[in-house]
Amino acid sequence: MAAAYIHIPFCEHICYYCNFNKVFIQGQPVDEYITRLLQEIKLVRAQYPDEPIETVYIGGGTPSALTPAQMDRLLAGVNDLLPLPAGGEFTVECNPNNLLTMDLLHVFRDHGVNRLSVGVQSFDDAVLKKIGRTHRAADVYTAFKNARAAGFENMSMDLIYRLPGQTYDNFADSLRQAVSLDLPHYATYSLILEQRTVFWNLMRAGKLNLPNDDVEADEYELAMDYFSQHGLHQYEISNFAKPGYESVHNKKYWQNEDYFGFGAGAWGYLDRDRYHDFGPIQQYLKPLRSNHVPVFARQLVSPEEQMEEQMFLGLRMNAGVDRQRFAQRFGLTIENVYGQTVPQLVSQGLLTDDGGHVALTKRGRFIGNDVFEKFLLPDTTLRD
Amino acid sequence: MDQQQMIDRQKHIRNFSIVAHIDHGKSTIADRILELTHTVAERDMTNQLLDTMPLERERGITIKLNAVELHYHAKDGETYIFHLIDTPGHVDFSYEVSRSLAACEGAVLVVDAAQGVQAQTLANVYLALDNDLEIVPVINKIDLPSAQPDEVKKEIEDMIGIDASNAVLTSGKTGVGIPELLERIVHDIPAPTGDVEAPLKALIFDSKYDNYRGAVLSVRLFDGTVKVGDQIQLMSTGKTYEVTEVGVMSPDAQPRPMLMAGDVGYLAASIKTVQDTRVGDTVTSATHPVAKPLEGYRQIQPMVYSGMYPVENAKYGELREALEKLQLNDAALEFTPETSQALGFGFRCGFLGLLHMDVVQERLEREYDLDLIMTAPSVDYHVITTDGKTHVVDNPADMPDPTTIKEIQEPYVKAEIMVLSDFIGAVMELCQRKRGDYVTMDYLDKYRVSIVYEMPLSEIIYDFFDELKSSTKGYASLDYDLVGYRASDLVKMDILINGEPVDALSFIVHKDFAYQQGRDITAQLKTTIPRQQFEIPIQAAIGNKIIARTTVKAYRKNVLAKCYGGDITRKRKLLEKQKAGKKRMKAVGNVEIPQEAFMAVLRTNEEETHDR
Repeated sequence: MAAAYIHIPFCEHICYYCNFNKVFIQGQPVDEYITRLLQEIKLVRAQYPDEPIETVYIGGGTPSALTPAQMDRLLAGVNDLLPLPAGGEFTVECNPNNLLTMDLLHVFRDHGVNRLSVGVQSFDDAVLKKIGRTHRAADVYTAFKNARAAGFENMSMDLIYRLPGQTYDNFADSLRQAVSLDLPHYATYSLILEQRTVFWNLMRAGKLNLPNDDVEADEYELAMDYFSQHGLHQYEISNFAKPGYESVHNKKYWQNEDYFGFGAGAWGYLDRDRYHDFGPIQQYLKPLRSNHVPVFARQLVSPEEQMEEQMFLGLRMNAGVDRQRFAQRFGLTIENVYGQTVPQLVSQGLLTDDGGHVALTKRGRFIGNDVFEKFLLPDTTLRD
Repeated sequence: MDQQQMIDRQKHIRNFSIVAHIDHGKSTIADRILELTHTVAERDMTNQLLDTMPLERERGITIKLNAVELHYHAKDGETYIFHLIDTPGHVDFSYEVSRSLAACEGAVLVVDAAQGVQAQTLANVYLALDNDLEIVPVINKIDLPSAQPDEVKKEIEDMIGIDASNAVLTSGKTGVGIPELLERIVHDIPAPTGDVEAPLKALIFDSKYDNYRGAVLSVRLFDGTVKVGDQIQLMSTGKTYEVTEVGVMSPDAQPRPMLMAGDVGYLAASIKTVQDTRVGDTVTSATHPVAKPLEGYRQIQPMVYSGMYPVENAKYGELREALEKLQLNDAALEFTPETSQALGFGFRCGFLGLLHMDVVQERLEREYDLDLIMTAPSVDYHVITTDGKTHVVDNPADMPDPTTIKEIQEPYVKAEIMVLSDFIGAVMELCQRKRGDYVTMDYLDKYRVSIVYEMPLSEIIYDFFDELKSSTKGYASLDYDLVGYRASDLVKMDILINGEPVDALSFIVHKDFAYQQGRDITAQLKTTIPRQQFEIPIQAAIGNKIIARTTVKAYRKNVLAKCYGGDITRKRKLLEKQKAGKKRMKAVGNVEIPQEAFMAVLRTNEEETHDR
């Protein structure tokens, strides 16, 4: 059972913090992109005809930047080539300002999309402006009202903290407004400064004023507490859900399971083969025009790397790493590979270990990178 | 070659080196000479040709000696064989200068036409005069608008006491004056003497390790000849070897059938043991050894000591091998094993000065790919205990129990600073602040003064030279010599991190400055030690008394929020980078201390760096 990720690299505006593979949509060959994308799915599926698909996730970029007609054609093709079992999770990422009318929502509904992930980021209009978003807080309410009217119930929103111009109180207010919408799922991320973004350049020029890291820690703690008080349990570093609403698709990544990656710049991971497609649109389209898969690079993931990833991805989840699953997959126990690492981290109060699962403590979640690092095997850096 | 041919050849040899203050243009003049004698094809010409180490080119300095053979067709119709020995110009490397000078009959003295005679010029020229070398004065950079050749001539006469009326005016940049300089080398510098029939007597003035040939010695032959197959003896050890190759650098190695008295060249003899090729030793014939080795080499003493530790304890053996190889090329480098509670196994290394220390550290890191922790530099203290014994302590951690100490003596130097009279006040203020005792001040001319202070060596080795440069707009120059030991009111300061004393951070300080230093260093450490999972107190203590305290707050959050849509490689890279970053740090107890922290004592005067 594999997941399928589909990338739509087009945006109507470019946010100041984003360095995903994306381009301004104006003047782009969007229609051809959809055609080639479906062609890629077909080509790759022919190589793995028997691999059933469990979830589909269309991300970006901004998938909702497509016109309803383009979306209709994309989703029809996806359903045709990647049929899901009944109730299989089918997510599309949306911006609030694309949901102010019902058009797209009806297209989603008609093609069996059953989960929406909406990029809200903040409920403060001044902050939204400062980070390059074009929607405003009022649009968020309209968007979710429309989505509910179209029958969507399994929905998530993203919030970002430690944004420039944002204070602790200001983030607390966004959290409050977010939870007042009573969605079954929320994701909240601290701002990551990435190269090739407006923020990166501002930072280099010394013009980016961010809240300090103590504020960031306070905000994270607030999010954990506030969601928990409202019946939304944390199930991953940045993800919170009501029982039964955890993202099936995202859990595949953290459980180190297989996924297809389709579209410009998308990453896939199939049976030890990690690959990614050409990022620039024209480079992605070109091989497909002569019916070749547009893979830019492939790498065979070594068993050591797989073990490392099983640990540092699995530990992101509150459920942690399943000892039995680890042993079944690698033929070695966690102790065989990591010796005293787990007991040491348990004694430092960073991990819990009930014999079945190894998981981060609350304190461990705050400094997860320090824990993850301990699961890199000695000569990892020399291997690439 | 028969004896007469050899004697005739010897008459055409000119061995010389170039002495100058740093930046006065020594390397560019050498470059022009190589060009004019067609030693290097124009297409192969790069600037600073003799400075082969990347580090030398980057820093614009000469560290290693280079001796090249050139052929010059003089105006008298004869062809002369020049052996040019390039020398370092920095105060730390005056020993290397002395070695190269001992291999020469003459020296080209280069003085900057705008800056005039500097302290270092004097020091080097005195070394040359001590070796009875014939001096050819050159006034360089005459193309500069600020050039004052006549004043500089007078300075050379007044300050050095040699006739400068016929000094050659040159520009290394444009090449002006270089042809005249070549003629002057032929006529003014005497040919070497030495008996080609006598037993071999040669001086080692440099050596380099080569993986294939073993130690390759740079030698100057004073008597006799040497050729492949000869049995030679190194006099300090008495060990004998069979010569496998002799030749000259021109500027690349060119094997020759033989070297004879008067020649400067290289010699390889499958010498595998690093310790056997001490620079300054005499090479002689194993079958007909000379009675006495050559004199004239000063035994050099390291001035500054620092602990050097591999970040990863397992690399101790590699560090030892690397130091042994560096020592082969660097007679001034000393090291002995030492152990630190905090840092594990390492070496106590002796250096000529901070630049020398820097250079060694950088070469170990670059050429041998080692990650190192260096402790703050220290000098050799003489500690007299109540039982009347004298202990030589070059590592503050080895200081005896304070209750048993009767007196601590520290090395003093005579520091001669040459500066424009405008800066007298600034220099004196600085010297007083560094515990200097005023000795004398002399006007060298209307504008320039020589100021002499006696001051503790420990004050000189930290940041004195940098401070001197900045308080005099870069015009001051410094030269110093050890004058002996004096009792001082010194105490050992310990640094405690997370409650544990870290021996490698201890240092010796004068009582009057202890409180200020304690505050400065704890503040400096606070900015250098990154925030970690827990709060880290940093304390400075004298004996049991805490005199300064600060705290590195714990960081509370360090976790990557997002997984980048299946792009696991980015997350992996981030974790690997984090891990690699910690590799550059040393775990002391459960605190990760970065490399720079151990040098914090050197930087207490720098502006605070930004907080993490």
